[in-house]
Amino acid sequence: MATVRDVIPPFQLLQPSSLEEAVELVADRRDDAWIIAGGMDSLDWLKDRTKRTEAIIDLSQVDELRGVRELDGGLEIGAMTTLTDVAESPLVRERFGLLAEAASLVASPQIRHQGTLGGNVSQDTRCWYYRSGWTCYRAGGNTCYADTPSAINREHAILHASRCVAVSPSDTAPPLVALDAQMVIRRGERERVVEAADYFVGPDLDIMRMTVLEPGDLLTAIRIPSTWSGARFYFEKVRDREVWDFPLVNVASAIRESGGRIEDARVVVGAVAARPLRLTAVEQGLAGQLLNAQTIARAGEVAVEGARPLRYNGYKVPLMRNLVQRAVRGGPLPASA
Amino acid sequence: MAQEDPHSAGSEPTGSESTGVSRRTFIKGVIAGGVAVSSAAYLFRNSPLLTGGSARAGTVERLVGLTVNGQTRRVDVAPHETLAQTLRYKLGLTGTKLGCDRAECGACTVLVGDVPRYACSVLTHSVRTERITTIEGLAAPDGTLHPVQQGVVEEQGFQCAYCMSGFVMSAVGFLRKNPNPTREQLAHGVSGNLCRCQDYDKILTALERGAELSREVARG
Repeated sequence: MATVRDVIPPFQLLQPSSLEEAVELVADRRDDAWIIAGGMDSLDWLKDRTKRTEAIIDLSQVDELRGVRELDGGLEIGAMTTLTDVAESPLVRERFGLLAEAASLVASPQIRHQGTLGGNVSQDTRCWYYRSGWTCYRAGGNTCYADTPSAINREHAILHASRCVAVSPSDTAPPLVALDAQMVIRRGERERVVEAADYFVGPDLDIMRMTVLEPGDLLTAIRIPSTWSGARFYFEKVRDREVWDFPLVNVASAIRESGGRIEDARVVVGAVAARPLRLTAVEQGLAGQLLNAQTIARAGEVAVEGARPLRYNGYKVPLMRNLVQRAVRGGPLPASA
Repeated sequence: MAQEDPHSAGSEPTGSESTGVSRRTFIKGVIAGGVAVSSAAYLFRNSPLLTGGSARAGTVERLVGLTVNGQTRRVDVAPHETLAQTLRYKLGLTGTKLGCDRAECGACTVLVGDVPRYACSVLTHSVRTERITTIEGLAAPDGTLHPVQQGVVEEQGFQCAYCMSGFVMSAVGFLRKNPNPTREQLAHGVSGNLCRCQDYDKILTALERGAELSREVARG
């Protein structure tokens, strides 16, 4: 549990007032500055003194990074757009309702008023060993404290763990991956666009990072192409309390149907692995199938193939299976199913 | 400042009687001297917050004009200072409470613009251009309570009431956008606030009364 102390250790505070100024600062100070958007994740690290920084680049004054715009039939959402603004945006609600739904289920009202979409997809993991300052793999050490015989690992990974068993805690990441969103990243003059599915990094690729962002990079916007507009969407988040809590498991799907038959599908699950997991085997199994009880059951089984629960998170396997089935069906399963 | 070394006043070798400074008068003096200054000296006694850590080039200007409760006040704000710290320890607005200091309880909720935010988890410099409203700013200048405060009084909504100012600020912010909520919607609106006395049912009744009174005021 957090310990209340007097003040955050001092740091230098840099407040760019325009996007260009921000990009320049982020590049110049790539070695010693920490970028904050809403600051909901960052300030706790600093208060707990688990991580320290010489300088903070605070993006709060950069208005260009806020807002939802139409772009080529899709949408472009500024990285600093608050989760409340994403959840309430008529454009997002009309075209990509599952993203609005996911944003509205993050944490608490006050946190949604301050937390941003860019921050939500770039936040660090909640593994409490790691956040308590244990020198685990993710912190640069050589062990995982959450995967020992006595470890308390109820919230941890059931799939694709590689030494580290921490999970992606984001609620908005699975919908963005399902919608084939793209992350717009600036480094100096150069802009690159990364597919949402590739934005998130597992421990097999880099055990100390959650995203592809490197020092000097700034996530400026998230683009959602028109591809899935009009599809049938589903989002569900399961957590202990109906407010504040991170997901135990969440699921996002986008499905196109024609005459009772599934044409194409995206199914993405969060909080079961270090990154939001796109279930390509499930998607391939669904394509061309009739939407019936058998198809739904099969999708759930394929989803959890290869799951390796730890001591205390075995419940995540049936939870994930059921959530995937609901996502395919578009709602709760009939009692008999 | 006397309060930086309280023993110098109370533990004179000749005793407080003979120096004419009793413990009671000393404490009165501290209170008269300003709660803001005394608590700041206590909290930040070894911190660059008060000792004036030098600002390096490119950093924010420490001296800001912060608009709180309709009044713009000049205040020296350290780069790493949270809004809750500025309000409580620099401006003396101790109605804003600190519970968890981690955005997990809601006791510190204030309005930034019209929006409820956790004052413990926002840097003051990030909101220095915004209008900030605390519980002290809700009542009218003549002392007439805000309708939500009046609702709390009428329904005796809280037990220990440490969480009250946070709940009231959340409700005021929520009602500005949703003036006519159901009980369930109102509960969702203030779901970012916790009460350890578990008084939620009474709190909701009080806030519902507050919503009702707010609508009456709006109708005139």
